[in-house]
Amino acid sequence: MSGGDVAVRVDGLSKRFRLGEGVLRGNLGETLSRAFARPLRRSTANAERRRGEYFWALSDATFEVRQGEVLGIVGANGAGKSTLLKILARITRPTAGTARVRGRVGALLEVGTGFHPELSGRDNVFLNGVVLGMKRHEISRKFDDIVEFAGVERFLDTPVKRYSSGMAVRLGFAVAAHLEPEVLIVDEVLAVGDAEFQRKCLGKMDDVARAGRTIIFVSHNMNAVQRLCPRSLEIKHGQITADGPTREVVQGYLAQSASGNAAERLLEVAHLPRSDTGQIRVLAVMCVAQADELALQPYPDGPLEISLLLESDAPRSIGSVSVVLRDQLGTTLVNADSIQLGESVRVVQGRTLVRVRIRALHLTPGMYVLGWSIADPLGTVYDFVERAVHVEVMDAPSAGLGVRPSGDGAVTCNFAITTEPAS
Amino acid sequence: MKTQGLPLPNDERAGPGGPEPEQELVETVIEPRRGWAPLNLRELRGHRDLLYFLVLRNLKVRYKQTVLGAGWAVIQPVMIMVVFTLVFGRLARLSSDGSPYALFSFAALVPWVYFSNALTQASNSIVQNERLVTKVYFPRILVPLAAVVAGLVDLAIAFVVLLGLTVAFGVLPRLDLLIVPPLVLLVVVSALGAGTCLAALNVYHRDVRYAVAFLIQFWLFISPVAYSSSIVPDAWRPLYALNPMVGVIDGFRWALLDDAPSPFLNLAISAASATTVLLIGLYYFRRVEDAFADVV
Repeated sequence: MSGGDVAVRVDGLSKRFRLGEGVLRGNLGETLSRAFARPLRRSTANAERRRGEYFWALSDATFEVRQGEVLGIVGANGAGKSTLLKILARITRPTAGTARVRGRVGALLEVGTGFHPELSGRDNVFLNGVVLGMKRHEISRKFDDIVEFAGVERFLDTPVKRYSSGMAVRLGFAVAAHLEPEVLIVDEVLAVGDAEFQRKCLGKMDDVARAGRTIIFVSHNMNAVQRLCPRSLEIKHGQITADGPTREVVQGYLAQSASGNAAERLLEVAHLPRSDTGQIRVLAVMCVAQADELALQPYPDGPLEISLLLESDAPRSIGSVSVVLRDQLGTTLVNADSIQLGESVRVVQGRTLVRVRIRALHLTPGMYVLGWSIADPLGTVYDFVERAVHVEVMDAPSAGLGVRPSGDGAVTCNFAITTEPAS
Repeated sequence: MKTQGLPLPNDERAGPGGPEPEQELVETVIEPRRGWAPLNLRELRGHRDLLYFLVLRNLKVRYKQTVLGAGWAVIQPVMIMVVFTLVFGRLARLSSDGSPYALFSFAALVPWVYFSNALTQASNSIVQNERLVTKVYFPRILVPLAAVVAGLVDLAIAFVVLLGLTVAFGVLPRLDLLIVPPLVLLVVVSALGAGTCLAALNVYHRDVRYAVAFLIQFWLFISPVAYSSSIVPDAWRPLYALNPMVGVIDGFRWALLDDAPSPFLNLAISAASATTVLLIGLYYFRRVEDAFADVV
């Protein structure tokens, strides 16, 4: 246990919830008597009896965060990340263990907490500010900056219920961005905004980090975590399963593969709804990037191999096996179709594994949707799925990290820049 | 190297505002709560700005998109007074200790309407502010406290009308009015005490919301709003005065009307009972507040 430079020290922190209806069970009298009786006989008998109904959302978490460190926390939904943050933010109490936090804590678990739709933007800035722990004079001092940052000058006296959701989010984030806590706790707020907003969030958090403040950052956005946090924890089933350099933690986490993400794992797709003959059917799909650094996740200009496990009712020669990547809006960005190669694809009766290897994927980081079509040029469509699985293209961990300007194009390009004196 | 940061369009913001030059940082220890704890008054004081803005929000929101706005603060007690005067004053001919019945009942309705509204608002406050409670930390007691405090504005407006009414009935203001501020404190204490208990219970059992409406109707009948507390037999008086509203209402009548009986015995009993209820409420609230975010 080192000395004064530890900002957050978490020791054996655990949190238990009751399952099912939980506390709502029982009648009014029981609630009252439970509250008043507990200090007398410390509920051991009760706890023993009810043990089966409990669920440990967090168990025995122990770690330290140094002052000025930016710590990422990754993990699947329900793994216990939010529970940990809520305990650190003092919203809920731990069942066991302690946490020591030095300095003022700012918890950003939601953008615009405390906003009241009936109140004006101006009123909400103050309300949200004090809710987040600012003093009134502090908000008055920063008011102009906040409004400018949010870009809502003209709507200050309009009730927030008339704001577009984007405006409300911007205003909420602007208030939060002007909070100056020693320890900042941020939970997945990036999920709500558009790309521009996310960029702004990340930029602001980067500023906060550079100003020497401590940040604990939870996100499903692996790009963001890798960009911001040198060190990360992975939480799984309420336990810390990894603690170390972010790249390793993220790789380990992705290797277990989030559901719906077809990285290095055969994903069953036989159940997807189709509009086709069914004579040939894709049973499962797998995407492998086969890159050294980020072993599984494709990255810009890196390779991507898509494997389709086909089942056919007879041996066939298929004219067109095509794998399609679309963006979230449905625009087709990549279509790797065997017909372009002038080759037909032979399948046996029963199962055949077809590999489509894209040598370089010219896509910028983000989420894409994979689909395919298995068809005969004469018009028979054997199998067609427009949106099957998500494919996330990551920032390349070394070269790309930290140098990506705002305003990416949809695709990458290979370019060089030269200069020469011109008179 | 702290972060591998991307170059930002607004990089100049990174500069100022680092942690304050090495002042001693407060260490917060987060641990399981054991046993009972008193109110942390120091922490409450630190959050007074939050109380201020919660009260302001309650006030601003209350009469948004209403035509009459704060007029409701007056209309509510006045309408009840009119009905009471017709039914209890004219038809049932209840004793009003020698005062005009309208004045007699209005002097009671001003604190009563405040009390019933404050109690209702406080009881629902935690559930209504679920978003706040589940997303950010602050002393939870501020939520019912803000509900109770916000009602004081309505009380003040109604009280001005009450003063006007007494003058209209030919009763001139006396020095006895000095008792009104302590009476207001007493009614606040009563509403907050019962309100915190009910607000905390409401988190666990939403039945409370319905029970409160019923409770208030019931409470109206055991309070001397429509009738005078002098009709309660002497032997029952101490028990009767355990209802804090008995002391409050007797006090209001004594301060404002001619010929009202002395309220001080009832007041003492009511004050003691209200304080007890408040202490129970605050302790119970503190005891369960940590679980609000898990349950609400």
